[in-house]
Amino acid sequence: MMPTFLWTDIMIWSLFALIIVGIRQIASDAQKRKQWRKVFKSKTAMISVIILLFYFAIALVDSIHFKVEPSAENTTNKELISVLDMGLEHLILSVERTYSAPFALNEYSSSVVYDQSGNVQQVYLPLKNVATHINMDQSLVAYDVLTQTGWAFLIALIVMSFLILIHGYFRFKEIALRQSSSKVEGLPWSVAYITLFILIFIGTWFYLLSFDYHVLGTNKVGEDVLYQSLKSIRTGVLIGGLTTIVMLPLALVLGISAGYFKGWIDDVIQYLYTTLNSIPGVLLIAAAVLVMQSIMSTHADWFGSTEERADMRLLFLILILGMTSWTGLCRLLRAETLKISQIEYVTAAKAFGLNPFTIIRRHIMPNLVHLILIALVLDFSGLVLAEAVLSYVGVGVDPTMPSWGNMINQARLEMAREPMVWWSLLSAFIFMFVLVLAANLFADRVQWVLNPRSEK
Amino acid sequence: MFESTVLSVQNLVLNIGENRLIDDISFEIKPAEIFALVGESGSGKSLTSLAIMRLLPEVITVDSGNIVLHQQNLFELPEYQMQKVRGKQVAMIFQEPMTSLNPVMKVGDQVAEVLKLHLGLRNSTARDKVVSLFEEVGIPQAEERYDWYPHQLSGGQKQRVMIAMALACEPELLIADEPTTALDVTIQAQVLELLKSIRDKRGLSILFITHDMGVVYEMADTVAVMKQGKIIEQAEKQKFFNEASHPYTQKLLQDAVPKQILKPQLDSTKLLELNDLKVHFPIKKGLFQRTVGMVKAVDGVSLIIEKGQTLALVGESGSGKSTIGQAILKLVNTTDGKVSYANPDSEAINLTDLSERQMKPLRKKIQVIFQDPFSALNPRMTVSEIIREGMVSLKVGSQNRQDQDNRIDELLNQVGLEVDFKHRYPHEFSGGQRQRIGIARALAVEPELIICDEPTSALDVTVRAQVLELLESLQKQYQLSYLFITHDLSIIPAIAHKVAVMQNGKVVEQGTVEQIMHNPQHKYTQKLLSSAPELIRKVMFA
Repeated sequence: MMPTFLWTDIMIWSLFALIIVGIRQIASDAQKRKQWRKVFKSKTAMISVIILLFYFAIALVDSIHFKVEPSAENTTNKELISVLDMGLEHLILSVERTYSAPFALNEYSSSVVYDQSGNVQQVYLPLKNVATHINMDQSLVAYDVLTQTGWAFLIALIVMSFLILIHGYFRFKEIALRQSSSKVEGLPWSVAYITLFILIFIGTWFYLLSFDYHVLGTNKVGEDVLYQSLKSIRTGVLIGGLTTIVMLPLALVLGISAGYFKGWIDDVIQYLYTTLNSIPGVLLIAAAVLVMQSIMSTHADWFGSTEERADMRLLFLILILGMTSWTGLCRLLRAETLKISQIEYVTAAKAFGLNPFTIIRRHIMPNLVHLILIALVLDFSGLVLAEAVLSYVGVGVDPTMPSWGNMINQARLEMAREPMVWWSLLSAFIFMFVLVLAANLFADRVQWVLNPRSEK
Repeated sequence: MFESTVLSVQNLVLNIGENRLIDDISFEIKPAEIFALVGESGSGKSLTSLAIMRLLPEVITVDSGNIVLHQQNLFELPEYQMQKVRGKQVAMIFQEPMTSLNPVMKVGDQVAEVLKLHLGLRNSTARDKVVSLFEEVGIPQAEERYDWYPHQLSGGQKQRVMIAMALACEPELLIADEPTTALDVTIQAQVLELLKSIRDKRGLSILFITHDMGVVYEMADTVAVMKQGKIIEQAEKQKFFNEASHPYTQKLLQDAVPKQILKPQLDSTKLLELNDLKVHFPIKKGLFQRTVGMVKAVDGVSLIIEKGQTLALVGESGSGKSTIGQAILKLVNTTDGKVSYANPDSEAINLTDLSERQMKPLRKKIQVIFQDPFSALNPRMTVSEIIREGMVSLKVGSQNRQDQDNRIDELLNQVGLEVDFKHRYPHEFSGGQRQRIGIARALAVEPELIICDEPTSALDVTVRAQVLELLESLQKQYQLSYLFITHDLSIIPAIAHKVAVMQNGKVVEQGTVEQIMHNPQHKYTQKLLSSAPELIRKVMFA
């Protein structure tokens, strides 16, 4: 097994490093620390952040890849496996024949079989990889699920109390150091504990049961939907997170230069983004993706494996999404910079003979931070949804790559089927909904705290 | 029944959370009376007016007290009746005519809307009524102006439209919240005159909210002084100005008119000379941004600033006085003319010829303080970062951090601030304190000339007096020269040695303070001086 780094792996880990650097910077500045404390004083923000971290953690675990040589031992039939895949190996291996409902013991559709006497019969075949420990006895399923739920609860409780103990130790140490001199209003830790407990409980519950059942059913080719949904997290987070990273420098540099230097620089940048804005985004993305697809199919030898090819396509999608989505933020930053550069403290800085770049760095950028942060978090959720739409249209990520968009795209046909197959769509929807909702609620709170004009 | 009061406020108490904002105030306004509510910013005078209109923000609660308009307790009215009271019985005009009018609606329609809403007039009758109202408030060519948009009107005319709107439904009480603060002196005088004549004609009561004692002296019949949510003194106008008893009132009156001791004229050397300075801005139009004309912001100005002295540059908004300051700092490009800065070693340097790099050594000699203390300081930098910036950029004094810290402490002491303030952010300070930080920032690079761009016009009078005093003592200590840009005539004798009066980009008259103030030659100067409130003229020319 050889550790391999896909392009998107490198990017997501750099994003992680960037966030760590950002947090360290905030921690070193007393005013910023106070502001962010205010963000987390809201219970909603606390819950949202924990959920976002949970998603991000899964995406990170899914972003450490190893190359596996095709051999007899390699049962997963994949060339690249991530750490998440290793943890969920049983899900990859427990492939059924076709659709099965959540917790079902038999297939969802009937098959034609010949019985011993040679008569044709319509039967619902039993699934291959479920409930072997209770000998596939339908009457025992409820009882078994209940006991496993109990176990999950117990495990979550133990893990949680362990975490609370560790955290409590640090908190009390801090309080003891601070003495009683300055009373700081506490953060809603109890809410954080409860959220974390629920998350751990749900996670453990799914994990324990996934050994014996298809908790969220299986899809058309019998793959586990839970596994698909979990793998999709990485795609969603990548598209949401990395696209913002691609567009941010463009928006920042162009927006601020247009607003600060004015004149012909402003004209050029304005023409650039008005032109870009007047081309429908989907059209541009579709065209770019088609071009790339034809390049990829003519140069198949450039890519070592299907995973690498899918990854390349994802990376390209991220780039093209970044290229088309910077205009909004750029416009916003240009307008704000125009306004700020008229304010007297900027005049004062000019009277001190500061050069334009120092003025931008010290006087303009810090006063734009709230706008940037708000735009970033809002764009994140917008982009996660955009991926779903694009994959649905067929110009999104590679069809072999697990993503919520692909799941929804497949569900298009499943919904029309009789009886309906609802679990794929529902799982994709819920996983995406929770992520986008958390990001939006968090953005609301950040906006409220960082915007100097909001009423406190 | 004969009514002797239009409005009575009885023991009003307003709270925000646990904090008391308005603390038990009572007053009565009689028919056709102008009742002036005076106080510095934050004294609660505007809150009182909002309470009368029942337009308080939700966080502020009425703790106790009543507001009675014609025996009708306003706090007991349901909201839909209160809506009839607003506009119909009580009308309001605000400080900022620019933001009180809807920019995308014709001004006439905005007034007509009120008439249609409250009086149910039809379109044509409403139009006639509006035109007659416009004529009443002195808008020329009223018929034509009906179809204009707010941006086509001047500030004074906008305020007249606001007054017309307020008068539209013939209210019994007009609340005027600092209606002239944003206007130039000549226009202020006209608007005040208008309000008075309307009062006389219509028998309207006016609650006049202001911080300006000069305006109070012109307008009021009765005066009440507010401080920290309390009315500390209330009296008839004559009695008030002659025998104010409360020490705070006395201080307000004293600071309202700065001391009028003329400065001795000193012989001094030239520091800066402007020679036929012109700053024109092109007006660009059309697809290809052709230059179709020029705005002559500064059109041939010659001035001399002497070492250790103050030149006051007086003029109304738009006269180009601030542009001169920016041209000296090379923040705008000059079209023509010379700005010569005296150089002890050789000939005077012409600033207009210098590149930004050549200008840099001179930047430490010329500094600037601004009008608005809230926008002059970067909200994301601490006080010490703000003051240090110039020292680092222009390499003034030791570049050692410790030495700079000591110097910052010293500067803060000098401008009358505490040393522990240096780690705080600007939003934690009051307007006056921020202005002091601005002064410390300018002083940090040891300048010879400071351009003061209306440094006191956003400050309360007591704070204004302190800031002027500080500027004067710094001038004595460091032989500083000031170019003092202002529209406020009353402070000129207190600060300036020489005065130049500007109108439409040109200096119409210049000379010593005595010449200009007591023997003005140019018609515009005379008009400016006669527009100053009587209270100030009384002292100035005593």
